Amino acid sequence: MAESNVKVLGTWASPFVMRVKIALHLKSVRYEDVEEDLLAPKSELLLKSNPVYKKIPVFFHAHNPICESLIILQYIDEVWTTSASSILPSDPYERSQSRFWAAYVDDKFFPALRRLLIGATEEDKKAALAEVVGGTVVLEGAFGELSKGKAFFGGDNIGFVDIALGSLLGWIEVIGKQCETKLVSEAKTPRLVQWADCFSAHEAVKDVLPDVDKLADFGLKLRAKILKALAPTN
Amino acid sequence: MAEEVVLLDFWPSLFGMRSRIALAEKGIKYEYKEEDLRNKSALLLQMNPVHKKIPVLIHNGKPVCESLIQVQYIDEVWHDKAPLLPSDPYQKATVRFWADYIDKKIYDLGSRVWKTKGEEQATAKKEFIESLKLIEKELGDKPYFGGESFGYVDVAFIPFYSWFYAYEKCGNFSIEAECPKLIAWAKRCMQKESVAKSLPDQQKVYDFILQMKKHFGIE
Repeated sequence: MAESNVKVLGTWASPFVMRVKIALHLKSVRYEDVEEDLLAPKSELLLKSNPVYKKIPVFFHAHNPICESLIILQYIDEVWTTSASSILPSDPYERSQSRFWAAYVDDKFFPALRRLLIGATEEDKKAALAEVVGGTVVLEGAFGELSKGKAFFGGDNIGFVDIALGSLLGWIEVIGKQCETKLVSEAKTPRLVQWADCFSAHEAVKDVLPDVDKLADFGLKLRAKILKALAPTN
Repeated sequence: MAEEVVLLDFWPSLFGMRSRIALAEKGIKYEYKEEDLRNKSALLLQMNPVHKKIPVLIHNGKPVCESLIQVQYIDEVWHDKAPLLPSDPYQKATVRFWADYIDKKIYDLGSRVWKTKGEEQATAKKEFIESLKLIEKELGDKPYFGGESFGYVDVAFIPFYSWFYAYEKCGNFSIEAECPKLIAWAKRCMQKESVAKSLPDQQKVYDFILQMKKHFGIE
């Protein structure tokens, strides 16, 4: 069903934007896709709608802007309620577990992944790699707990944690190739490997995850931009 | 079966205070267990193996970690008394945004105020005051962040009031001079029993911070 006044301000390469699109696909909500160029100065719309962080994604519903991807996901889940496509579980304890693991992805796993991408020295990269691989092992354990033998963290269907972690799969592959390591490996995390395949093939996901070569190319440009910004000026 | 609620905590923890307040708002009886963070208990390590941090809320033997997740859990389980989050999805998103801002910005900037000195501290102080002013703007003329009633953002932020004196002494500035509305709001919150009983004395917090500075070799 077409929804007016539903807009996503973001970019094809951002995993945080991908989360929002996956959630909307899951709920069969049509939206306007507004592309922000991360390599160019920030747009007026972005600066106006997210004055606090000036970051994408920004989700618009009936002209109300909502920021922070995990907050957006919960909003989408609460507005478009069909039990068939519930993003968070209904039980409060299970909800707290889903929130915990999504927060782990954002607060621990993603920063380590980012450090691995932009690591300037071999030492930085080595430390970041150990953290990322350690993180995948922790997430393998979480998968065991949450999935209860089913295909996804969310059980029979994809849920909050699947979307939070799954949106990073493109970058995980790109960064892994750069380091010549499989970050999600069969040896250490067999269940996650299987989960990654199921997630990527899901109806709501497959058109959202970007082409890995295109992402790799973008990754090089983004890394250069970040390192230039971090470099001390004389 | 009787509800069994345990909170693993550490008295000056801003995060632990949130859960204490939420539990008190709902009138829930619980067992408070003080942790020695230099010698973490087996229970803490078992209940929070991922982060090994307090607070940990244990409800009928099952752990919930991360303070804002605990507050939302408490609000959802004991939903028939003193609602903390609004029911409207857009308002919910707004309160979640500001609670998250408090954790991402205010907490880190406040830490830098007491942990650093000189040039670094001056910068931290400036950014900290800016972040307080931003949240003061969000409060506006409302009695609470939650509007007419005490809510989620109030719970998330009021613990910081117990640390204000320490920040002020370490940074040599007055928060009331910069953000009078925030202080008025804080004093209003302190009138509530749930808050007054959950926050430690400001002098005690300052003494603790001085000990921490000595321990870390900061001035």
